[in-house]
Amino acid sequence: MKFHRRAFLSAAAAVPALAAASACGVTADDAGGDGGGPLTGLRIMVPNSPGGGYDTTARSIARIMEDEAIAKGIEVFNLEGAGGTVGLQRTVSESGNGELAMQMGLGVVGASYTQNSEAKLTGTTPLAKLVEESGAIVVPVNSPYQSIDDLVAAWSADLAGVTVGGGSSPGGPDHLLPMQLAGAVGIDPTKVNYVSYDGGGELLPALLGEKISFGASGVGEFIDQIDAGQLRVLAVSGAERVSLVPDAPTLVESGIDLEFTNWRGWVAPPEIEDADRDKWIDALTAMHDSAAWQEELEKQGWTDAFVTGDDFAQFLEEQDQRVADVLTELGLA
Amino acid sequence: MDNLNALMDGFAAILTPGNLLIALIGVTIGTAVGVLPGLGTAMAVALLLPVTYGMEPTQAFIMFGGIFYGGMYGGSTTSILLNTPGQSSSVVTVLEGFKMAKNGRGGQALATAAIGSFVAGTIATLALVFVTPVTVQFAITLGAPDYFAIMVLALVATASVLGSSRVRGFASLLVGLVIGTIGIDAVTGQQRLTYGVAELASGVDVIIVAVGIFAVGEALWTAARLKTDAGSVIPVGKVWMGKSDWKRSWGPWLRGSALGFPFGAVPAGGAELPTFLSYITERRFSKHKEEFGNGAIEGVAGPEAANNASAAGTMVPMLALGLPVNATAAVMLAAFQNYGIQPGPLLFEKQSALVWTLIASLFVGNLLLLVLNLPLIPVWVKLLRIPKPYLYAGILFFASMGAYAVNAQPFDLFLLLTLGLVGLAMRRFGLPVLPLIVGLILGPMAERQGRMSLQLSGGDLTGLIGGPTSWTIYAIIALIALWPLVGLIKRRAARDRVAVAA
Repeated sequence: MKFHRRAFLSAAAAVPALAAASACGVTADDAGGDGGGPLTGLRIMVPNSPGGGYDTTARSIARIMEDEAIAKGIEVFNLEGAGGTVGLQRTVSESGNGELAMQMGLGVVGASYTQNSEAKLTGTTPLAKLVEESGAIVVPVNSPYQSIDDLVAAWSADLAGVTVGGGSSPGGPDHLLPMQLAGAVGIDPTKVNYVSYDGGGELLPALLGEKISFGASGVGEFIDQIDAGQLRVLAVSGAERVSLVPDAPTLVESGIDLEFTNWRGWVAPPEIEDADRDKWIDALTAMHDSAAWQEELEKQGWTDAFVTGDDFAQFLEEQDQRVADVLTELGLA
Repeated sequence: MDNLNALMDGFAAILTPGNLLIALIGVTIGTAVGVLPGLGTAMAVALLLPVTYGMEPTQAFIMFGGIFYGGMYGGSTTSILLNTPGQSSSVVTVLEGFKMAKNGRGGQALATAAIGSFVAGTIATLALVFVTPVTVQFAITLGAPDYFAIMVLALVATASVLGSSRVRGFASLLVGLVIGTIGIDAVTGQQRLTYGVAELASGVDVIIVAVGIFAVGEALWTAARLKTDAGSVIPVGKVWMGKSDWKRSWGPWLRGSALGFPFGAVPAGGAELPTFLSYITERRFSKHKEEFGNGAIEGVAGPEAANNASAAGTMVPMLALGLPVNATAAVMLAAFQNYGIQPGPLLFEKQSALVWTLIASLFVGNLLLLVLNLPLIPVWVKLLRIPKPYLYAGILFFASMGAYAVNAQPFDLFLLLTLGLVGLAMRRFGLPVLPLIVGLILGPMAERQGRMSLQLSGGDLTGLIGGPTSWTIYAIIALIALWPLVGLIKRRAARDRVAVAA
């Protein structure tokens, strides 16, 4: 019954810890901006289904904001559809609404092109980038490929025979990673045999059952199978190695000029008041500075990548352009 | 036997008044969510996540287990009484369920659904206890060609329920297949049949089609004939199942459970397919074939057992692989992670007490569901006493609410009405509805798996044939297709003998 006690204790310990955190600096007044206590009436839209990555992120943040008395009575709601562009469209059409924010990430950028959405992320008010996650190139443990070089050699030789699977539809992170990888090693991305699985839940059995040659995923997604020795990571795609899989080299270390990270952040509707934008950014900053958030990052295996306001806007524009280029080359945008 | 002992420990852990109360709250919420159209169990679990942070993990999972099973059960109530399926896994229940209700047998339909859900839930949870390792091994070997073979089997089996007119049956099937192709193609990312309408890009939701064709179509059809048939109120007969109802329900319950569990346990299985296969099986082998289409109890008992068994089946990959095969399982996985528990291949070893408590709580939740719902049946059935104009107005209200709740898009209401008119036309011209729904659900699945098979084989057609599992399935298909021929030859031989003897 060890785990019961542990979970119980950590829940009990969390409360005083949070109180201490807010006592040393992160007070409700700082967060509120206009000094009026916790913010009220905030709504966070999650543009895909409950239980997904966006949903988990948004709900964790909302909970921490409540616990830290940064905001009170936050409503998190899901508005699914068309890879997140239904939610994006709604956000853009709520122009001027200072009480709404939308959880988003790289996947929504891709979907805004593949789904021919009129609304684009560049039309929103960027608030903050929160977390990022390195991608991973994984193979079943019995795969003949021991290194990314083995894989690239085999891949270049037989484009149709080497299949790559990912848990996202075209335009999503698991699709963009192998396409950019192909481009970086001189393979024509339009010839890549990409098999789109319906989320990690379908991709994993295909990998374990050796139905595909290799898979592209977030590095944290299959960590248990990697630990259990059922899957092998050939490379991670971020700028640095990841502590979860310390032995896996980055692509750059392996001599491939590609850095690719999936990321998540929040945006608000266009044309909101500056005061509202500052209110959101202050609240997110206060949330980011809390001990509870650091704990959450660790627990979920997320990498902190906090960037706010104009810097995030610039980042968003670059990503938008990069995704548009890749998808245009593939004839998808 | 180790499993059994561990399970007993699980029961010991949850049988406290506090935990039972939590289980009761869980099944109540689950049933309510299932009854209200458009609200999914995944949403309910997600909303309750913050509430459970103060609880121990065991208690949280007792509650989630209750919601999960409750939602599967609750969906049958609106299907049977209001002709409005709340989720895609209870679409098939509408076919016979609402007909039974109209004939004054709503009580029996609800009862066979409730008891069937209980029986299937119990059998499937037992299967979860004993065959999880084997099932998981098997599930991993399945690939796209195997799933494709299953889809082919389902489509071939559908041919037997095309109705009296083959032409009309195929027409209906094709309409379903066409609606199924609307939206973005998952392989190439190209838009199909969307005509530039952004709302169509993600396809047409099965629930909207089913509610439009069934509920709105039926309401319009009834309204169109109200002049000739105004005053009649739906009769409400005896509420409890009679002897023959029991006799006719047992088989479907057991067969439905056997179909549902494996489909739930394999990653691309789902809950819709086993409900179809169950319906088709019951219809084909029933001794009361003439009742099908007019309210045959087998047609409710089988599919309702199948969808609950499938719900239990989804626990297999979730617990053993950390694989969420549906949205509810995904939220539960997120909850596991919140407690610092990593589901996956090591879960049974690392956290065995928690796993067994969760499984024990599924048994308890299942029993509570039955206890909670049986007494409610007479109350629900009273709904049908409402005079027709008001009843159908209520159905239209529920249908619109459910359709809107799916994506919160006003466009969906327009779509619902259009499909309602299609439903009206189909009734007017005698087109059967089932093939349309089958085409709509199976078409996209078959296409996806077929194309995936070809992608995996690098475009080689032999990729479609697959391995031993798909061979077995194709053999079954051949048997189904050739069976009538065998009968024909036998009869001809018999006739020849008679002729020779004469």
